[in-house]
This record gives sequence, structure tokens and C-alpha cells, in this order.
Amino acid sequence: MSVYQIVFLITAVVTLGAAVMVVSARSLVHSALWLILALFGVAVTFALLSAPFFTVVQVVIYIGAISILMIFAIMLTRRVMQDTGPGVNQGWWMALLLSFLLFGGLAWMLSTWEGFGTALPALPEGVDQVKALGVALVSPNAYVLPFEVASVLLLAALIGSIVVAWEKK
Amino acid sequence: MGDPINLIGDWLRNLMTGWGLPENLATFILTVMGVVVMASFLLILDIALVWLERKVVARFQDRIGPNRLGPFGIIQPFADIIKLLIKEDITPQGADRIIYNIAPLFALATVLMMWAVIPFAPTILGADVNVAVLYIVATGAVGTLGVIMAGWASNNKYALLGAFRTVAQMVSYEVPMVIALLIPVLLARSMGLQAIVDAQQPWFILVAPLAAAIFLVTSIAELGRAPFDINEAESEIVAGFHIEYTGMKFGLFYAGELLHALTVSALVATLFLGGWRGPFVDQVPILGVFYLFVKAFLIYYVIMWIRYSFPRLRIDQMLGFSWKFLTPLALVLLILTAILDKAMEGATPLVYTLVMLGMNILLVWATVQVLRTYARVERRRVAERRPVATATEADFKELIGQE
Repeated sequence: MSVYQIVFLITAVVTLGAAVMVVSARSLVHSALWLILALFGVAVTFALLSAPFFTVVQVVIYIGAISILMIFAIMLTRRVMQDTGPGVNQGWWMALLLSFLLFGGLAWMLSTWEGFGTALPALPEGVDQVKALGVALVSPNAYVLPFEVASVLLLAALIGSIVVAWEKK
Repeated sequence: MGDPINLIGDWLRNLMTGWGLPENLATFILTVMGVVVMASFLLILDIALVWLERKVVARFQDRIGPNRLGPFGIIQPFADIIKLLIKEDITPQGADRIIYNIAPLFALATVLMMWAVIPFAPTILGADVNVAVLYIVATGAVGTLGVIMAGWASNNKYALLGAFRTVAQMVSYEVPMVIALLIPVLLARSMGLQAIVDAQQPWFILVAPLAAAIFLVTSIAELGRAPFDINEAESEIVAGFHIEYTGMKFGLFYAGELLHALTVSALVATLFLGGWRGPFVDQVPILGVFYLFVKAFLIYYVIMWIRYSFPRLRIDQMLGFSWKFLTPLALVLLILTAILDKAMEGATPLVYTLVMLGMNILLVWATVQVLRTYARVERRRVAERRPVATATEADFKELIGQE
């Protein structure tokens, strides 16, 4: 087993463990902090796949923006921070079954894919990945349409939030 | 001979491979050693920063500052450290013990992490990642998490208020900061800090002075230093997020804040002041470290100067400053820089710099004009008689329903 695989296994265990803690932690703030650890694990996985751009974007967006806003919202609701009720309801076994089925199905599907067993191909030397990604995002032959649609969607959301927050005179 | 760091590194590598260690294990050990040396160097520098900060603030406030221990009070920070270490370590009742204790580590460790990508010299740098600028933004965001954790876990209303204020401040100031960071990236055609330093002929402060100013201001806001220190405003929320921390745990926050200020200074120096660039640096790379720190301490002095000269802003003023002033300005600047950069493809560096500088000056002039108009309107609005003050006695009686 190479160092690479050991690091991957540790990351995977930490990520999954943190993800389980997200749903089982008593305090909402603890859940949010465990979520941050799980998202960090995903960022490390990206780093292991030699995708530095996705690593930092994962941290900037999911940890720097989304999680912090979630913690902010949770902290504002003081009463629900310590929930004393039971952590699960009667339907817990159904959720467990479904998630196992989903995981099994995905794993089965991936195992039939030809790329599943092959080793990671080495990236060509001297290629600026970030530049390649940027070009792909605005190139008409690649992803310019999804990129523009996403931009318009975000713009609409921005304008919408301004309209919602607008103070009527 | 001009690069002792790599010389020692190569010597150690040869020594270890000579002992029969595999090549990649030697690399791993050298990397760990590099991290330890770098972190120790910065933390020792941090002790000097405590002394510098206390001495400079004293001068700004027309005092002498520490002068009892050693010449110019130079031993004072060590006395401070001993005091912090022997203080009672208190965890408040009802605090979330684990989060409460890891929060100070977060605050200091994230600052140290930023130094991983800052190039010290042409041949001396931690990691030359091609997304260094984004990495800086990401670590800054994680650092804020430490403040939030401290504020929440302390089980103290003032601390929680401090954490709230931090979030509001960070979320709004990150927007102009990232836009301002895009300008050196655009000029250098790369997000790697080494590439940005390489591209600085001339320094980017001449090409994009306004971007440098916006980055400095937003960085000070992210530092949470005066005039943006509402997250620990002593007069309102006592000390905000670190109200409950004692001894060395408080010391870690304090050290983190000082080192963060120096980190921001080093970033400004790297992004806009040419980083390690200076005379003879190509022959003697180690000189680059000296140049970088000279520039960094220059900016550090400016940050202290701002800190001790301006009063604290109110939260609405702060957020308004970010959203209504810095963000639109940064956006306009980015668009103009991008258009001019494309229009001047193939121009000589001199023409390029002069046009960019002219554009920046024009933009500053236009901004000042807009601000003057706004101030005039605002003055008129404030000077108007308010509805309450204009109510006559009869109106007043009618209002409260008496005759």
C-alpha cells in the first residue's frame, strides 16, 4: 500500500465519520462544525486527485461561505441549540435501508464502469490546469452555455433578494 | 553561496540518502523540517511584534511605552509571556469545553498556514501552488471560523455578539477583497504568488494603486483591527469573542492577531510591492527575504498608523462602507482594468503603466466627485427640520389625544 492510499483511507474514514456525526450530534452547532470537518475531508480528496483549484474552491465556498452562514443562522436561534428529544423517530430503519440501497447501487454501478479499476492517469507536465478550466468555461465548444445559464440564475437570485429586502416607502 | 536555505536543504538530503533512506522519505522529512523551521521563525518574530506594537502605540499616544526591562524595554515581551503562562487557566461554566479550547489554536494556526504560499525569495518558498491567491482567501475564511467558535463556545452574551459582528463583517468585506485580488491576478495572468512577483515589472502598486488600497482596507477589516474592530469593541461588548479567555489561550489570540497583521502586510508587499524584488536579488537570492520583510514591515507600520489614528466605526457605517462604496468601486476598477489591459495588448511597459496609472487617478477623481455630491445631499438631509421637531404645540396635543 502506498502512502497515497493510506492518506486516502484516513481521509475517507474522517470524512464519513464526520458525516455520521453531523446527523447524530445533539447540538446543532456541533453538527455544523462536524459538517465543516466532512467538507474539509472532501477538499482533501480533491487535493489527492491533484485538483488544487477544486480544493480551495471547496474551502472558500462550502466552508468560508455556506457553513459560516449556517452557523450564523443557528447561533441566532438560541432555543434549538440544545434539543433534548430523541435523536431518531420510528422510521429510522427505512432511512438506513434506503441509504444502504443507494450506496450499494452506486457502488455496483461504479464497479461496472471501466475506469473503476484503473490507476490514476498522470497529468501532462506543464499544463496550467486553472487556465484550461477557465478557457473551457468560456469556450463555445465546451461549457459556455451552462456557465452563462448559471450566471443568469445567480443574477436573478441576487436581484430577487434585493426585491425581497427592499424597504417599501 | 547566496542561498543558504536550499544549500542546507540539499546537504541534509544528501546526508539522509547517504544513510540509505529512500528519496521520497527524505523529501517528506525535509518538508516537515521546513514547516517546523518556518513556523518557529514566525512565532519568534511574533514576540518581536508584541514589543514593536506596544512601543509604536505608545508613541502614537504620546507615551514612552515599555522601557524598564532591558534597553528600550526589549525584554518586556518575554516578561509578558511568563505572565501569560503562569496565569490561571479558566474554562467558564457552561462553556463548550472542546470547541472553547480549539478555537485559539484555529486562530493562530490558520495565520501560519497562509505563509505556506508566500514566496520569500526567487528560490525560497513553501509551496508554489497555482491557486495561491484563492488559497489565501480560503485560509482567511477558516480563520474567521476560530473567532466564531470562540464566541459561541464561551457561553457569554458579549462573546456571542462579537462572533455575530465578525460574521457580518467578514461576509461583507470578503466581496471587495476578492475583487481587488483579481486585479493582480489579471495583470500577472496567474494565481500563483511566485508568478505574480515575477510579473511585477514595474511593481503593481504603480499599475493598480487603487486595488492595493482596497485590498489593504478590506484586509484590515478582516483582521478585525481598528477602525474595524467592532467584533471586540472594548467600550460596547467588553472584549467580544475573547472575553472569557485567560492566560496563554488569550495569548494565542493576541499572537494570532499580530501575526495576521504581519501576514497581511507580507501579502500586500508580495501582491503589489514586488515581493522579494530588489537590487542584486538575482545574484544573492537570500536578499529577497530581507526585501520582503522590509516592505512587509513598512505596510505593518501603515496598518498600525491607521489603527491608532482612526476611531471605531459603527456597524451600519462599516457595512455601508463595504457594500455601497468598496464593492462598486472594486467592480468598476476590475472592469476598467480588464478592458484597458485588452486594449493595450502589445504596448510597451511604460505606456501600459502610465495609462493604467492615469485610469486609476481618474477613477479616484470621479469617486471623490460622487462622494462630494453624496455628502452635499446628506448634509442637506440632516440639516432639514425633522418631523418631530416641527410639530406645533397643537399637533402635539392632538397626537397624544388631549385638549
